Amino acid sequence: MARLGKNLTTMDLSYISISDSANLLAGRELSSLELTRYALERIERVDPHVGAFLLPTPEVALQQAAAADERLARGLGGPLTGIPMALKDILSTDGIRTTCGSRILADYVPKYDATVVERLRAAGAVLLGKTNMDEFAMGSSTENSAFGPVHNPWDLTRVPGGSSGGSAAAVAAGETIYALGTDTGGSIRQPAALTGTVGLKPTYGRVSRYGLVAFASSLDQIGPLTRSVEDAAIVLGAIAGYDPRDSTALDAPVPDYTAALSAGVRELRLGVPREYLSEGLAPGVRDVFMQACRLYQDLGAKIDEVSLPYTEYALSTYYIISPAEAMANLARYDGVRYGLTVEGEDVWQMYAHTRDQGFGKEVKRRILLGTYALSSGYYDAYYLKAQRVRTLVRRDFEAAFERVDAILAPTSPTVAFRLGERVSNPLEMYLSDVYTVPINIAGICAISIPGGFSEDLPVGVQIVGKPLDEPAILRIAAAFERATPFHRQRPPLQVPV
Amino acid sequence: MPISRDVVEHVAQLAHLGLEPDEVDEMTSQLSSVLDHISRLQEVDTSEVPPTSHVVTLQNIMRDDEVIPSWPPNDVLANAPRRVDDLFEVQAIFD
Repeated sequence: MARLGKNLTTMDLSYISISDSANLLAGRELSSLELTRYALERIERVDPHVGAFLLPTPEVALQQAAAADERLARGLGGPLTGIPMALKDILSTDGIRTTCGSRILADYVPKYDATVVERLRAAGAVLLGKTNMDEFAMGSSTENSAFGPVHNPWDLTRVPGGSSGGSAAAVAAGETIYALGTDTGGSIRQPAALTGTVGLKPTYGRVSRYGLVAFASSLDQIGPLTRSVEDAAIVLGAIAGYDPRDSTALDAPVPDYTAALSAGVRELRLGVPREYLSEGLAPGVRDVFMQACRLYQDLGAKIDEVSLPYTEYALSTYYIISPAEAMANLARYDGVRYGLTVEGEDVWQMYAHTRDQGFGKEVKRRILLGTYALSSGYYDAYYLKAQRVRTLVRRDFEAAFERVDAILAPTSPTVAFRLGERVSNPLEMYLSDVYTVPINIAGICAISIPGGFSEDLPVGVQIVGKPLDEPAILRIAAAFERATPFHRQRPPLQVPV
Repeated sequence: MPISRDVVEHVAQLAHLGLEPDEVDEMTSQLSSVLDHISRLQEVDTSEVPPTSHVVTLQNIMRDDEVIPSWPPNDVLANAPRRVDDLFEVQAIFD
């Protein structure tokens, strides 16, 4: 067992923050090797029950921890040096298997690192492993993983959300200090909400997608899952920024996202969209959300109702655009250059068998939907129509942001649902994304933070900001965190410790 | 708006998804229900609205025409199911 500094307990290490870890490492009260060994042991004990990891990487982790300790000894450490983290298995890692939660990539080993992985490596981060996810990021529960579901640490019979369910659960269960996820329609924010963690989707183009296995190229973004707002700010600062290898990356300066976290919300104008307080919102979640609004008022913000009239069409827009982009992005999985290959009488049969056996049901559903929406005779009515409605959804936010500095919203309409509850009804599963999807459609930024509890399960609150206004949403999120105890609550996790 | 089984089979062929008959049935009913929800987009008046293909206004992102090293063939072929020298092997496309 790791030798601990004088004032630490084992519980502290499980749920320690990035900033506290960095202080201990800098002060040489703890080594990266100790911190890493502790995390690896916790993963061994806890993960058989949670299923957050597809591939723990202990050898790599220990090597990186040793290297980090050397760097720290020379006083050359940065905010993330020596601190263990986990990566959603959709991010390319050189020499380390990357499956995207799919059988079709079960044995795929990339020969390069994604840009975000390169940046974290350069910062001295320690990789604990690759986390479980819905196949090709398609899903809201992580039940679409080809390798088994993830169990919500707050109630192991329930889902952690998806598609970044593994990353979120690993953070919530204290298996890792932070993780990276990806968000195309809510896949960072919704699992954050269901697991009581912090999840941030940056503005489209803020973080390079080079090395991110593509699902929907105009919607995908990589972002942090953490246990505190400050930690999310630290990680965002490390991964954000221009990258010539991603032609959709923004050439905009990266500010110090930790600088204004304590500025508070006095005099800020926060909008609540009337269309989001609809019948699909569970009463317990609604109560938590309304209480959060009242707290923001107490903290000095002005709460105003706003209207986003095209909200009811955002989900449909998403479920045309994202499958259309996905079918194009998944055309490359054909058994020729990498991944699963299944013999056929001819090349066409090889494609058909490979893809039939390699892809799960949800992926097939979306490929069919996307192909249909783009096919001759249907393109105008579906894809082109959806792109026009996309403009209207964007304009809704632009108009709202003329009147308010940020928007408050629920993240998920319900708390974590039970495993198996929604698998036979795709449409019901899609409705989990109703409050997160408009943000991806508009390309703006949003963060979900622990907002309270309902039925003893976490409820997330979402703060939505203008393009590149991550500093504002972080500041607004931090104010709520300072005034509430929710982020300090830990899942009961009935596993032997 | 329900989708017919024939259309699903046709679309599956376009996408090179070798679906089994019972899968086609299942997909047909599930897709019908999804398309039913999605069809509400037809209600929206988009007559004066331009499509958004890209949320951020970036145009013509170029790089200098500089020759940079390509990947070594062994890296490119590292995950190849069938390899012949520095080539991916595949069944004939044309007879």
